[in-house]
Amino acid sequence: MSVIEQPVTTPPAGASLVTKILRFRELAIVVAIVLVFVLTYFKNSSFASTASIQQMLSGPSIIIMLAVGETLVIVTRNVDLSVGSVLGLSAYLVGDLFVHYPHLPVVVALLAGLLIGLACGVVNGVIVAYARVPALVVTLGMLYIIRGIDAIVVNGVQIQPSQIPQSFVNLGAGSIIGIPTLFWIAAAAVALVGYVMRTFRPARELYAIGSNPEAAVLAGVRVPRRVFSAFAISGALAGLGGALWLAEFATVASTAGSGYELNVVAAVVVGGVAIFGGSGTVLGAALGALLLNTIDQALVASRVSSFWNQAVAGLLLLVAIAFDRYVSLRAEKILRVEGAHRDNA
Amino acid sequence: MTTPEVTLLPEAAQEPRTLNSLMRGATRWESGLVVLFVISLIYGWWVSPYFLNTETFFFAGLNFGEIAIMALPMTLIIITGEIDLSVASMLGLSASTLGYLFMHGWNIWPAMGICLLVGIVGGALNGFLVTRLGLPSIAVTIGTLTLYRGIALIVLGSNTAVGFPAWTQKLSLPIGSTHIAYDFAIFVVLALIFGVVLHMTPVGRSIYAIGLQPETAYFSGIRVKRIKFGLYVISGFLCAFAGILYTFQQASSASDTGVGLELNVVAIALFGGVSIFGGRGTIFGVFVSVAIFASLQSSLTAINVSGQAQSIVTGCLLLLSVLIPNISESVTRVRTLLRRRTSEAS
Repeated sequence: MSVIEQPVTTPPAGASLVTKILRFRELAIVVAIVLVFVLTYFKNSSFASTASIQQMLSGPSIIIMLAVGETLVIVTRNVDLSVGSVLGLSAYLVGDLFVHYPHLPVVVALLAGLLIGLACGVVNGVIVAYARVPALVVTLGMLYIIRGIDAIVVNGVQIQPSQIPQSFVNLGAGSIIGIPTLFWIAAAAVALVGYVMRTFRPARELYAIGSNPEAAVLAGVRVPRRVFSAFAISGALAGLGGALWLAEFATVASTAGSGYELNVVAAVVVGGVAIFGGSGTVLGAALGALLLNTIDQALVASRVSSFWNQAVAGLLLLVAIAFDRYVSLRAEKILRVEGAHRDNA
Repeated sequence: MTTPEVTLLPEAAQEPRTLNSLMRGATRWESGLVVLFVISLIYGWWVSPYFLNTETFFFAGLNFGEIAIMALPMTLIIITGEIDLSVASMLGLSASTLGYLFMHGWNIWPAMGICLLVGIVGGALNGFLVTRLGLPSIAVTIGTLTLYRGIALIVLGSNTAVGFPAWTQKLSLPIGSTHIAYDFAIFVVLALIFGVVLHMTPVGRSIYAIGLQPETAYFSGIRVKRIKFGLYVISGFLCAFAGILYTFQQASSASDTGVGLELNVVAIALFGGVSIFGGRGTIFGVFVSVAIFASLQSSLTAINVSGQAQSIVTGCLLLLSVLIPNISESVTRVRTLLRRRTSEAS
């Protein structure tokens, strides 16, 4: 792809403004997280205890992994609803691997999870990108198929904590310089994918596809190949998430991760990724997941009945979508005005 | 997304209405569904001699009634190019509200009225967010999915409401001396109404027009927003109604009633030939789709396949429902291309 010469263009005046607003979008989530944190701290000072903060970081780690992959897919104007079931299948199969090979190195187990997820993602990607069928239907179908395979494989036999080696459980429960290992892994994924999404051409093409698929084709973007990669990566991250799930909970039933798909999409949307593609960042999606989890814990800490969690999360999601709409409408207006000024000059 | 279909239309109209139109009738998705339904019946009869009796029919009707009822408004909403993922949460909210009010000494009838009102308000909120604020329906209804389930949790908490009046239990029995479940009868009546509205009235034509090209529909004087809003309200109302039915059949209600059913409802509508891009789909297709799912579930349960493992079949059917038309479409495209080539050459 790098052979094609891209004419160097100076970004139009409006572009910097849009980036500013997008940056502002992530800042808004950070402000929200801090606000929730401070308000809860005033109600219950133990909210700022080390254990509480560690929980705040490790809790959303797996969702963050999934949200990173989901962002790649949603940016291309597709959606991957199969992530929850991929996570469940991978968690069980990696656990099963430990049952048969108790001395498996941790890295091999993580890699196995990644590969299982990758296989599922490849199937999704091939069907969506090359057979050109709507992603929502395909991944919904895959969600059912993988969940069914999971049920057959599990067959009522759960993975027990005693079957998982201590070194692997440490990965889920341990911490490095006070920060949970799980969060380090999730943060590494966000940093790596986030950097790639900003910098490299194939990743930028994902945005081009999401903004305008027809234009992307005309511009020489190999749309099927890019969409395929997005699904493959999303599957791989979900598979890795499954291995981490096993590390965190050490027990897996066939329902592991069920319903996660909508939580992940919610986190991504709260994080400012446009559901119709073309804009949004991995960092935003991760912050979205962090915010939703922080609110959950804030409600617990302020002794609000845990029954309120879901309603608050739903309300927040609606506010986030409405806010994004407002921002994009304003940005459009400002761009139009600036464009008019340029034309007059 | 709909532009290729639009450009294909004049070409199809030029074709002679002889053998070709017959062929097209035979290759319609709905015809395939009917064949598949017959196959599923034969399969059921093959695996279990007790399959083809009225008991199976009754229980299938009972098990699938609520999902089937919710699939009707879903069909119309998907045809307009939107989606409603909050249906199962609405069902749960209605069931919880009914349980809460009944536990607090309400008479069952006004309590049911409040539930239906809750459904209308919930549907109106979806409709307002989608049409007035112009937000993407998939994101909005994932939000209200969480919100309505959350309110159900606040209302009923971890309680389970039981002890509904004795007459309500009749709803889980067949109608009179027949073998028809109440759910099924209600679904058939509703399907007829929806079928007539969608296929024989101006409103129905408008729904298709909106799904094919919202801008064109708008400029043709169709009240796009009002129709979409109305559909969301109807969806909320019927989901609340399904929630009441579900509660009476289970003789209990909890806040997690119907968790995750939204994807089943969407799957049934899509398998019935409703295009996720809007503009295409029939009530008949969805009706047969319900029949196939119900029949397959009965026969797979008869051979002791667990409910979770059955979802493989659901998934495969769903994938086939988008892959087969796709393949046949590309075959048609290649054939017309070839025909044009040969006519140009001659």
